[in-house]
Amino acid sequence: MPKSLISIHDFSKEEILHILDIASEMEKNKSQKILDGKVVACLFFEPSTRTRLSFETAANRLGARVIGFSDVGNTSISKGESFKDTIKMVSNYVDMIIMRHPLEGAARYATEVCDLPIVNAGDGANQHPSQTLLDLYTIRQTQGSLQNMTINMVGDLKYGRTVHSLLQAMSHFEPKFIFTAPYELQLPSEYQTFLTEKGIEYTETQSLTEYLDVCDILYMTRVQQERFNDPMEYEKVKDVYRLNAKMLTNVRKNMKILHPLPRINEIALDVDDTPYAYYFKQAENGMYVRMAIIAYLLGYN
Amino acid sequence: MTKDKTLIVNAIENGTVLDHIPSEYLFKVVDILNLASTSNQITIGSNLVSKSFGSKGIIKIADRYFEDQEINCIALVAPNATINIIKDYQVIEKRKISIPEEVVAVAKCANPLCITNHQVISTRFKTIVDNDKIYLLCHYCEKTTKILNLQPLN
Repeated sequence: MPKSLISIHDFSKEEILHILDIASEMEKNKSQKILDGKVVACLFFEPSTRTRLSFETAANRLGARVIGFSDVGNTSISKGESFKDTIKMVSNYVDMIIMRHPLEGAARYATEVCDLPIVNAGDGANQHPSQTLLDLYTIRQTQGSLQNMTINMVGDLKYGRTVHSLLQAMSHFEPKFIFTAPYELQLPSEYQTFLTEKGIEYTETQSLTEYLDVCDILYMTRVQQERFNDPMEYEKVKDVYRLNAKMLTNVRKNMKILHPLPRINEIALDVDDTPYAYYFKQAENGMYVRMAIIAYLLGYN
Repeated sequence: MTKDKTLIVNAIENGTVLDHIPSEYLFKVVDILNLASTSNQITIGSNLVSKSFGSKGIIKIADRYFEDQEINCIALVAPNATINIIKDYQVIEKRKISIPEEVVAVAKCANPLCITNHQVISTRFKTIVDNDKIYLLCHYCEKTTKILNLQPLN
């Protein structure tokens, strides 16, 4: 079976660093026709314009052609075709499948029904490994290293898959964590156990300002309405943290603010003009990292 | 008194006897082995008195022998169960069970958004033992299911 990227656990520390190295090559040379003649499918069983455009641009910049769909409305899936048949059919045409699906485990299952490399571009609330790799790339770019960082994660630590994947991936690099979340959205106990077993130090707080001045990375997240079953619970916590420029007067000089985007109210617009804002560059980095992922899985070293 | 005891559950000539199943998990074992859909003669005893156990369940299945892989799955709910292989009314083998590393096509994933609950896919779990509690980690959605939430496949 060819190598796929389904979950961040599928990659060792060495492989992660290798992909980040390829990504920095891509950033230096943004158009390389190394995949000329290849065809890549982008199958979005659930719409996600941002992620899809990032992947499609990445494939195009490598010289590959892209086919696919951006939602299931006009496909055979709306006629009742099974997921397996859709993947099997498309796999006859292309060299790689990049897919997003609302159901968890869909991408893993795709690796079992065809012989192509699969890239998971998000499976429900489960995994979105290219996001994790671009977060790592951005942390390394801003700090010069991934080792011994103090990372303050803010917002929805309960449902936020980016948070869970990032803390697992960072566990290779001896980090310290600060978890800033309202009581309702605290980090689930399985991840606390994971950190304890790995000997990784962490502190929890409900106050955004308490540990703002002692971190290297401030990782802000949006409270995602779609992850809540109970609308009352969402209303209670949706605007709990709002970062503004005034709060940043005493932060570390090297501190950078990351956010998987889109943001709503959690970062005020005046933060954009501070030297700490890095979330737009982070989104740009996503393209280089996705170029690296596509190239690596298609045999480029 | 001894006469009464022998009457509770009949002996079988050939087959498998699963003994020392905790009463509360007896029907989970029935589900795990998918006994509801077999045509063999089956005797199920629940809330029987056991010297070492308090209350136990027992299942006798005539003319049926299990693969280790099948039978090990009952260790998920009844790790102390004993498996007796019967031929000509005699116990010819006592088998111990151990918790399997992987559980295939036995239980449903408890995550309603897992792909296995929406497409025709055989479920696969890794078992995780943590402080004497057993959890199942879904191969697909990567969520853990507590053993108590084990739901039989349809």
